[in-house]
Amino acid sequence: MSLLKIRNLSVDFATASGQFRAVDSVDMTVEKGEVMAIVGESGSGKSVSMLALMGLLPWTATITADELSFEGIDLRSITPRARRKIIGKDLAMIFQEPMSSLNPCFTVGFQIKEALRLHMGLNRADRHKRAIELFEHVGIPAPESRLNVYPHQMSGGMNQRVMIAMAIACKPKLLIADEPTTALDVTIQAQILDLLVSLRDETGMGLVLITHDMGVVAETAERVSVQYAGQRAEEQPVRDLFEHPYHPYTSALLNALPERATSKLLPTIPGVVPGQFDRPKGCLFAPRCAYAQEKCHTTPPVPSGDEFGRALCHFPLEKEQRGVS
Amino acid sequence: MNAPIVKAKGLARHYEVGGGLLSKGKIVRALSGVDFELSPGKTLAVVGESGCGKSTLARLITMIEEPTEGTLEIDDNNVTPDNWASLRSSVQIVFQDPYGSLNPRQKVGYILQEPLIINRPDMSKQEREAKAREMIELVGLRAEHYDRYPHMFSGGQRQRISIARALMLEPRVVVLDEPVSALDVSIQSQILNLLVELQERLGLAYLFISHDLSVVKHFADEVIVMYLGRAVERASKEEIFAAPKHPYTKALLSTTPRADPTATKERIKLEGELPSPLDNLPGCAFAPRCWKATEECRTGRPALEGDAHGVACFHPE
Repeated sequence: MSLLKIRNLSVDFATASGQFRAVDSVDMTVEKGEVMAIVGESGSGKSVSMLALMGLLPWTATITADELSFEGIDLRSITPRARRKIIGKDLAMIFQEPMSSLNPCFTVGFQIKEALRLHMGLNRADRHKRAIELFEHVGIPAPESRLNVYPHQMSGGMNQRVMIAMAIACKPKLLIADEPTTALDVTIQAQILDLLVSLRDETGMGLVLITHDMGVVAETAERVSVQYAGQRAEEQPVRDLFEHPYHPYTSALLNALPERATSKLLPTIPGVVPGQFDRPKGCLFAPRCAYAQEKCHTTPPVPSGDEFGRALCHFPLEKEQRGVS
Repeated sequence: MNAPIVKAKGLARHYEVGGGLLSKGKIVRALSGVDFELSPGKTLAVVGESGCGKSTLARLITMIEEPTEGTLEIDDNNVTPDNWASLRSSVQIVFQDPYGSLNPRQKVGYILQEPLIINRPDMSKQEREAKAREMIELVGLRAEHYDRYPHMFSGGQRQRISIARALMLEPRVVVLDEPVSALDVSIQSQILNLLVELQERLGLAYLFISHDLSVVKHFADEVIVMYLGRAVERASKEEIFAAPKHPYTKALLSTTPRADPTATKERIKLEGELPSPLDNLPGCAFAPRCWKATEECRTGRPALEGDAHGVACFHPE
């Protein structure tokens, strides 16, 4: 049984100007002990699909899915009480901005012990011991004294580690990390990524890494799902994806990386991600695609098979087409 | 060939923090003793982690703040607060955040004209408008954007507006303070291309501040690596990336994620974090995190030595 199974998930937001579809028929499976990455640019719906899973979206959101299950538990029909038992314990999340996700009114020690009290039922002394242990684990120096510190008294890197300590406090089976290192410097980023992967090795948890940094994906992930404008454009194991992307968007995205540049001018993707009012009729990427044909502008594509990386494209790229865009 | 347009010698900036009636304030050495030269048509990149003083350097070069020590020469004029006003139009800055750096109540046309209104009072309204419209075209925006407000633009377009505004006074030096770090990859490449084209056309000198080494590798001619307010290494881009000499540069390069899953990973793990700039360490600032540190490193501070490839380390590679 897969740890996480999502079939045909869509999320719509009711906005003042009408319905806006942030996530559009996304499928995903995460196995135990796997590192899955979701990459996409801002507005591609990568965070929203995971927030939907956690039940953290505001009431304006309508979530529809054919299947949304965690360890066989159907998250669509679950009661709020039962959901609270799972969220934060078996299913945990690291949020993007540690400074705004921690409560400024409480010490970080209080905040980490809260999770231990609610989910693990430990007594005061055990909670204290476990909190110190967790802080050591994530590499916070002088853990005992740091427990009594407020978030504003620490640096971003330290706060991010507190967030991670909170997320792993109850030994989750699935950890969702939403841009866990974006706000951090590269030397700290490397420490945090190593920590997450070593936790995976120790506990066998599944890890979903949401990011926009192709470098982080290449170094950390095992399987990659590329999202574009709320849809899954392509999904492949990491090596295959970087070697032969099938979707023109993935290919163009990789070519636009400065480190793959061959000349001073970089290849670019013209235009911008479609918004609420200029959603194309056919393929969402068609207006920016170098290979778009008549059909792409009129008919939405269906995902192709595994041999083409499940690319959401009428004409998945052949080998010789790649790299020219 | 080209004479340098900016010459900085021993630039330093200290801030006093805390302190009150009874207690004496402490001194934060945000920047201490940085030298460099910048030539027209060239890009000098300043890299380092947060707190290394790169933004302070930008504030000194753009004459927002006065250096505590050291001298700055722009176009052979020694910069002092007295002649700031006349020199400022030759050094302009593009900020990191394209959302926060444009006034939401002003239309693009006015945003672009404002530098002219302040610095070129004798220019007529028609001339200003013509110049702004010309600049809109130059940075790849469309003519109808002239009458729009910043909120109607995407992040990439706003960064184009910021660049256009910086170019209105025909500066010779543009300070780019993390100009693409808030943008998505596909937009980032558009903006980098624009900057390259503008540099070729207008012969601009760029001071490119960034923490993203893959962008620096693509974009810069010369690189200064900073750590805690000091330059630890300075060399041409090719030298820095091929043969880094300072342990910190090496660690920084090894931890930068590469978009190549087949590459072998040999990360140098740095323990701990940047020391506080408050406690002015006697030795090398990097010594507490350095795997090569010896007693010498903790007591004496190495100076930046070497002409073409300068490094401040007792045990360079």
